[in-house]
Amino acid sequence: MSGNVYIYILVMALVTYLIRMLPLALIRKEIKNKYIKSFLYYVPFVTLAVMVFPDILHSTSSIYSALIGFAVAIIAGYFGKSLIFVSAVSIISVFLSELIIF
Amino acid sequence: MKNSLYLKGLKDGFPIFLGYFAVSFTFGISAVSSGLLPFQAVLISATNFTSAGQFAALSIISGSLSYFEMALTQFIINLRYCLMSSSLTQKFKKNMPVIHRFLIAFGNTDEVFAVCSLYPDKLSPSYCYGVISAALPGWVGGTLLGSLSGSLLPESVLSAFGIALYGMFIAIILPPARKNKFIAVLILISMILSMLISYLPYLKNISSGFRIIILTVLLAGIAAFIKPIEESEETK
Repeated sequence: MSGNVYIYILVMALVTYLIRMLPLALIRKEIKNKYIKSFLYYVPFVTLAVMVFPDILHSTSSIYSALIGFAVAIIAGYFGKSLIFVSAVSIISVFLSELIIF
Repeated sequence: MKNSLYLKGLKDGFPIFLGYFAVSFTFGISAVSSGLLPFQAVLISATNFTSAGQFAALSIISGSLSYFEMALTQFIINLRYCLMSSSLTQKFKKNMPVIHRFLIAFGNTDEVFAVCSLYPDKLSPSYCYGVISAALPGWVGGTLLGSLSGSLLPESVLSAFGIALYGMFIAIILPPARKNKFIAVLILISMILSMLISYLPYLKNISSGFRIIILTVLLAGIAAFIKPIEESEETK
């Protein structure tokens, strides 16, 4: 390590903040274009789906416990349970499956 | 500040707190093992508030790469926030004071965005602050404890908490998919392509940040072309 850690931190914080801030600060009007509106409407679904899979398989110490947690989350999520509930049951199912099986 | 909306945000943000705590705990451990002080690890988490970018930064700092490479890496990994902010800005009232936009921008992480963007109405800043007030202490606190003591929690508990954020994402995207088959198909295709890019030779060299950007632009673009939303759907 030879660079100045604080300059590194400043650079990364600045870049990350600007990326987040500029669209929020600059785009204030409601977008009227139907195509762009539709695009932005679909963005979170695709982004979150891509972030979940396959990364979820490597989020715990075993791919099998992750698969069990994934399945439990899908079932609970499908029935429209709250965020905290779905999150909690997937954590518990991973913990128990690692305790019992692996 | 509307108290009830703030409290609702705080409540909805609680799974983020748990998930962040686990993820940033491991960040704290990695940061110290790559040569940073606990104070520096906490400073990174408190000023950046992002996961993938911070982990990537550790290897850049310990490898003494240039400041430019640091900026470029952060830009690529975090460019997805640009899409998220562009989407989120449409959820706010046009006349909302700009100071709220500056503050909320700092807290617009993947998870905060996920919770806020699917809020079934126009977004109030109070609600966003509630979600962020749950998320940020989890992120910073986990980093602090992880960097001070890597052996504070047993491995089995850390492993189980690793899935927390993903469980929450699933809980966010599935209920709308249940009502709207087009969204269900879109989610399924997103996951399949994401898996292909992650595992196929050559394609798997694409960083996770780029994978998210490429697939989001491509698939949300195609979806908008095939099935533009009707006016009534946008507030769902």
